[in-house]
Amino acid sequence: MAKLRVATTSLAGCFGCHMSLLDIDERLFELLKHIEFDRTPLTDIKHCGPCDIGLIEGGICNAENVEVLREFRRNCKILVAVGACAVTGGLPAQRNHLDLGACLTEVYLTEPGLAHGGIPNDPELPLPLDKVHPLHEVVKVDYFLPGCPPPADAFWQFLTDLVAGRTPELGHGLIKYD
Amino acid sequence: MTELATNLRRVAIDPLSRVEGHGKVTLLLDENNHVTQARLHIVEFRGFEKFVQGRPYWEIPVMVQRLCGICPVSHHLAACKAMDQVVGVDHLTPTAEKLRRLMHYGQILQSHALHFFHLSSPDLLFGFGSDVAKRNIVGIATEYPEIARQGVLLRKYGQEVIRHTAGKRIHGTGAVPGGVNKNLNQAERDALLADIYQIIAWCRDAVAMARRLFEQDPELYNDFGRFEANTLNLIRADGAMDLYHGGLRARDRDGKTLFDHENYDHYWDHIYEDVKSWSYMKFPFLRQIGPEDGWYRVGPLTRVTQCDFIPTPLADVERRAFMAYDSGRAAGATLGTHWARMIEMLHSAEAIKELLHDSDLLGDDLVMHGEHRERGVGVLEAPRGTLIHHYRVDENDLVVRANLIVSTTHNNQAMNEAIRAVARQYLDGRELTEGLLNHIEVAIRAFDPCLSCATHALGKMPLTLNLIDAEGREIDRLARDGSGECSAGECC
Ligand code: SF4
Repeated sequence: MAKLRVATTSLAGCFGCHMSLLDIDERLFELLKHIEFDRTPLTDIKHCGPCDIGLIEGGICNAENVEVLREFRRNCKILVAVGACAVTGGLPAQRNHLDLGACLTEVYLTEPGLAHGGIPNDPELPLPLDKVHPLHEVVKVDYFLPGCPPPADAFWQFLTDLVAGRTPELGHGLIKYD
Repeated sequence: MTELATNLRRVAIDPLSRVEGHGKVTLLLDENNHVTQARLHIVEFRGFEKFVQGRPYWEIPVMVQRLCGICPVSHHLAACKAMDQVVGVDHLTPTAEKLRRLMHYGQILQSHALHFFHLSSPDLLFGFGSDVAKRNIVGIATEYPEIARQGVLLRKYGQEVIRHTAGKRIHGTGAVPGGVNKNLNQAERDALLADIYQIIAWCRDAVAMARRLFEQDPELYNDFGRFEANTLNLIRADGAMDLYHGGLRARDRDGKTLFDHENYDHYWDHIYEDVKSWSYMKFPFLRQIGPEDGWYRVGPLTRVTQCDFIPTPLADVERRAFMAYDSGRAAGATLGTHWARMIEMLHSAEAIKELLHDSDLLGDDLVMHGEHRERGVGVLEAPRGTLIHHYRVDENDLVVRANLIVSTTHNNQAMNEAIRAVARQYLDGRELTEGLLNHIEVAIRAFDPCLSCATHALGKMPLTLNLIDAEGREIDRLARDGSGECSAGECC
C-alpha cells in the first residue's frame, strides 16, 4: 500500500502540538511504516508539495502565515487545524483586544532597560496582522483536533484511523479543552 | 530600514528548518563575494509582555508556557520563581524545591535529546551537505535504527518525569507561586526509578558519540563557525553547575571574570537590550562592555566550560575530558556545543537519579506563604541558556509590567557571529548550493535556537538565498522547493 504523505507546520504556535505528536514515542516508528513526511519542522523540505494530510498548529498572525496556510490548502487533500491556537487563535489571540501599535511601542520603545528603542520595520519582516485569526477564517478546514496541545493518543487515533481508511473519531478522553 | 549599500548584494535563507521556530538569514556580499554582513531575522511578533498585563499573577506560570512547547517547563518555573518573590517566599519547602528541580532536569533531558537526535544528528551523522531527502530523523531511523530508538526513548523518559511532576507532558501545572501543587507518590517514583539506570547508560553513549565526531574530523569540528565571545551563566555559590538556581557569572573574551555570584534580582545593572530594525528579537549586551562589543553567549557550551565542576560524578569526568581534549580546542568550538549538551544530558539523568532516591519527594509540605511584594525576578538555566522573567504586580494582584529575556535572545548576536564565520569560511567566492546553505543552518542549529521563545511576540523562521546586485536589483535567488531541491532563477 502506498504511504500517506503528511506535511506539518507551525504558524503562530509554540511547537507544543508538534511535541505532542512526537509524544507518541516509539509508536513513531510504527507510524513511519504507513506515512512519509513532506514539509515539516523535522525535514529540510521548505515548501509543501502534494500531500494527503496537512497538520497545522498555530493561528495566523502575519502575512507570511497566510501564504503558508494557502500553500498547504492547495496541496493537501485533508487539512487539519491542530490545537487551540489553530482552532480558535489560542493564547496569542489575547492580543486581539489590544492595539497592535501600542503593543509594539511598549515592547520596543518604552520598555525600561532598552539602550536604543525602535520598532523593527525592515522589509525582511513580514507584516503583522492587527488580529490573530483561527485557520477556518481563511481557508476550509476538514478536521479540528482540540486541546493545548491535543494529547499524543489523539494524534495516534486520528492518524491510524486515516491510515486504515476509517473516518477518524476521537473517543472518550481524547478531546481536550485546556 | 536596511542600509543596503549600493555595492553590496543580498543573500537570504528562508525558512530555517530543523530549528524550533521561524526565521531567516540574510547576507550582504561585496563585489568580491566577501561577506560584509550576516543577519538572523526573527520574523514574528507575539507581544506576550503586553498581554499578560492585567492578568492575576497566579495565571502567569501557566500562560507563559505557551511561549514555547519545547521548553514549557523553563517558562513555567522561571515565572514561578518570580512569583515566589511576589508572594513573599524566599525559601521553598524541601519537597517543593526538589520536585521543581526534578521537573527541570526532566525538561533538560528531553529537550537535549530532542535537539541532538531528532534535529541535529542527521547533519552530524550524514554530513552537512548530504542528500537532503534523507537528512532527517526518518533517515536516521532507517540507517541507524538503534540511535534513533535511543533518542526517542531518552526524550520519552524526560517527558515522563515532567508528566509525573507537572500533571501532563506539555503545559502542565505542577508549580505554583510559593511551591508546588502535588508531590510524587511511591508508584510514580518507582516507575521512574525502574528505567533511570538504562537512561544514564544511553546518556553516556551519547557523550561518547559526540566525542567521536570530533575525533573523526578534528579540523571541521574545531574550526566550523568558530568565534570568541563574552559568556554568561548561573552558577552555584561553590562554583558548581546548577541549572535551577544561582548567581550570575560573566567572563569576557579573554576569560577574565567580569562579575561573579551576582544576585540576579538586579540583572538590569548588568544587562541592557538593544533593538535593531531588522529583527523582532532584541539584542542584549553587558553594560560593563557596552552595546558594540558587549554581546555574549549562553547555553550548554558556556555552562560546561564556565562552571568549576559538575556536581554529579559521571558528568564531571566527561566535563574534564572535554576541557582537556585537543588542548582545550573543543571547549571553544561552536560545534563543541553538541558535546557539552550531551554532558549536560548525562548530568540531568544523574541528578534525576539522586533526586529519586530522596524521600523528600514524597513529602506533604508543598506551599509556603509570605507578605505580598511588588516585584519578582525569576532566573534559571533553561536547556538553551539563561532565562529571565521579571514582573511587577499591583496591590490588586494584577500584573502591570513584564519583561522576559529568553535564552535564544541572549544568543542573538552570537548566532549572528557564527553565521558570519561560516559564511566567510564556506561561502566566500563560491557558487551557492543547497548543501552550502545547510552549513549556515548547521551553525544556527548548534545553538538549538528556540525561535518560538525568542519572539515572545508573534512569528516564526523560514531559509531562501537572494542575490541582489550593486543597484539593489535581485539577480539570483536560491530556495529550497517542495521536494527539498534547490531552485535558482526567478530573476526580477
Ligand atoms: S495549541 Fe497550545 S500547544 Fe498547540 S501551538 Fe497553541 S499554545 Fe502551543
